[in-house]
Amino acid sequence: MSAARTTTPPPSAPTGPQDPKGPGRSGPSPVGVPTSRGGRLRKPGVYVLLSIGLLVMVAPFLWMGLSAFKTDRDLTANPPVWIPTEWTLEHFGELLDRLDIPLYFFNSLTVAVLVTACNLVFCSMLGYALAKLRFGGRNKVFALVLGALMVPGNLMLLPLFVLMSKLQLIDSYAGLVLPFAAQAFGVFLMRQFMQSIPDELLEAARIDGAREWYIFWRIAMPLVKPALATLSILIFLGSWNNFVWPLIATNDPEKYTLPVALATFATDPNQSAGSNGMLMVGSLLIILPVLLVFIVLQRHFTQGLATTGMK
Amino acid sequence: MSTTTEPAAEAAPVKTGPGAHPPPGGRNRGKRETVAVQHTAGWLFSTPFLVLFAVFMALPIVATLVMSFTDFGLRNVTDPFSAEFIGFENYTKLLDDEKFLKSLFNTAYFVVVGVPLTVGLGLFVAVLLNNGIDRARTFFRVGFYAPVVTSIVAIAVVWRFVLDPADGLIAGLASEVGLTSPDFLGSEALAMPSLIVMAVWRNLGTVMVLFIAGLQAIPPDVREAARLDGASTWQEFRRITVPLLRPTMLYTTVITTIGYLNVFEEPFVMTQGGPSDSTLTVSLSMYREGFNFFHMGYASAMAYVLFVVIMAITVLQLRLLKDNTK
Repeated sequence: MSAARTTTPPPSAPTGPQDPKGPGRSGPSPVGVPTSRGGRLRKPGVYVLLSIGLLVMVAPFLWMGLSAFKTDRDLTANPPVWIPTEWTLEHFGELLDRLDIPLYFFNSLTVAVLVTACNLVFCSMLGYALAKLRFGGRNKVFALVLGALMVPGNLMLLPLFVLMSKLQLIDSYAGLVLPFAAQAFGVFLMRQFMQSIPDELLEAARIDGAREWYIFWRIAMPLVKPALATLSILIFLGSWNNFVWPLIATNDPEKYTLPVALATFATDPNQSAGSNGMLMVGSLLIILPVLLVFIVLQRHFTQGLATTGMK
Repeated sequence: MSTTTEPAAEAAPVKTGPGAHPPPGGRNRGKRETVAVQHTAGWLFSTPFLVLFAVFMALPIVATLVMSFTDFGLRNVTDPFSAEFIGFENYTKLLDDEKFLKSLFNTAYFVVVGVPLTVGLGLFVAVLLNNGIDRARTFFRVGFYAPVVTSIVAIAVVWRFVLDPADGLIAGLASEVGLTSPDFLGSEALAMPSLIVMAVWRNLGTVMVLFIAGLQAIPPDVREAARLDGASTWQEFRRITVPLLRPTMLYTTVITTIGYLNVFEEPFVMTQGGPSDSTLTVSLSMYREGFNFFHMGYASAMAYVLFVVIMAITVLQLRLLKDNTK
């Protein structure tokens, strides 16, 4: 995993010239080594291959986005039409009539915000302790975190459901939040970043008489803000897209999250027959917010992934 | 995971607990206090995570094991302790359960075909992105990674539509060139391959990003040296890139395998296990037995069989792939 620890590699550090556009540096390099990064593989071919791949990757998204605005005639047209011949918002209205989208949106958002807040606090606390505090049993706690990373989630579903039923937390926000309130990968990520804080700084605060909580909250946390951003994004998104547990832990449609509501609608043939337009709109509503956030903040995703090695 | 040993080395010089030497003079008192404070603080900082871990993870893991030896059913959801111990009965029953054996086979199929495709294509894209281009790199990376961050439910809805034999995207394209589209999800032979293609599409980005990180960790002078010696692109890839990427390859293979052994969402949303159980996976079997029929003891046994299989395969992979490096 250490190979993946390069958190912020300068974009062009590993190979090639510093400035691909700089014409002044285009001559032979001092050592006489061909410096062009693109020189190894034939560039046009690479671009063609990648573009085809990219097209395959984004085609379903494009199709979804365009289909949400199609009339039923365009949706069932053969051969398929990509660009709607007539743009319409009728499926948006239809879906809002059939499903209480604002409620599901609110449920998803509430759960995701609560899960994120819990993880920011709890994972940072333990991450800080594992990185910066010397305490007997630290290695055992860390081993536990690593162990927790490896257990498949499906193993816990059945007793977790029984437990939540006993605690009467089925169909409650608490029931949706608590099992995800402290995630091992978050601890791992925070520990990695907390380690980069110089010990001298914390030591100086200690000599000045600061309490550990103060040091953690006022000194360490502000220093790892980029890590907190990465963690928030990863956890928020994981919660927003989470499907299996909300499916199990909710029976009352009032407490459905957006994915559960849409899946329930989509897999019920009585309801969703002939409603492809509505399903496209629903999917777009689930995906659009995260896709926008992701495109803006994509660096944080890849950074978190590179640091912890998982999604 | 070499990181495990790291804290031990750090912690060694500072002795804590009753065995530590009493500090001889006043100069050390501050130090000892710090150690004591850190010890208390360390545990206080660990407590929230540990409590949540104990209640929502450790307890359920143990409970699943216990439940797998009982006839835990619907009535036990409200009265867990009245479930009766039936020994290994659930496990022996699994061996004769044709549906379960089929789900094992289907899961194996998914892994054996899906993992090499995902890891291979992920590596291919990463190498192209890392060596071939410097313009629009972020653009490509975002595109390939986008499916990873999107909801499986939304993805499933679109893919069902793309694969629809009547008015789906592929059907439409096929009819334009005079072909008829097969009923991908309705055919026993094609349903699983369709789900595999979808899973590869969905998980490619994760693997790609990990490989990019691995590629960027390779020192450029190693490549340069190879080039100076006149190595071809293929030779450089084969002799330099692949060996130096072994740790990343090992890691991506292992996490992809674990993920695919647990495959649940794709068949759940796309096919519900059909047609004729051709896409019934172990996790889906477990879900059905547990939450549709409330045979929770039996479902727990399935969960543990899957868990043991996952552990065994992970250990095996770590062994095999590690030995290969020598």
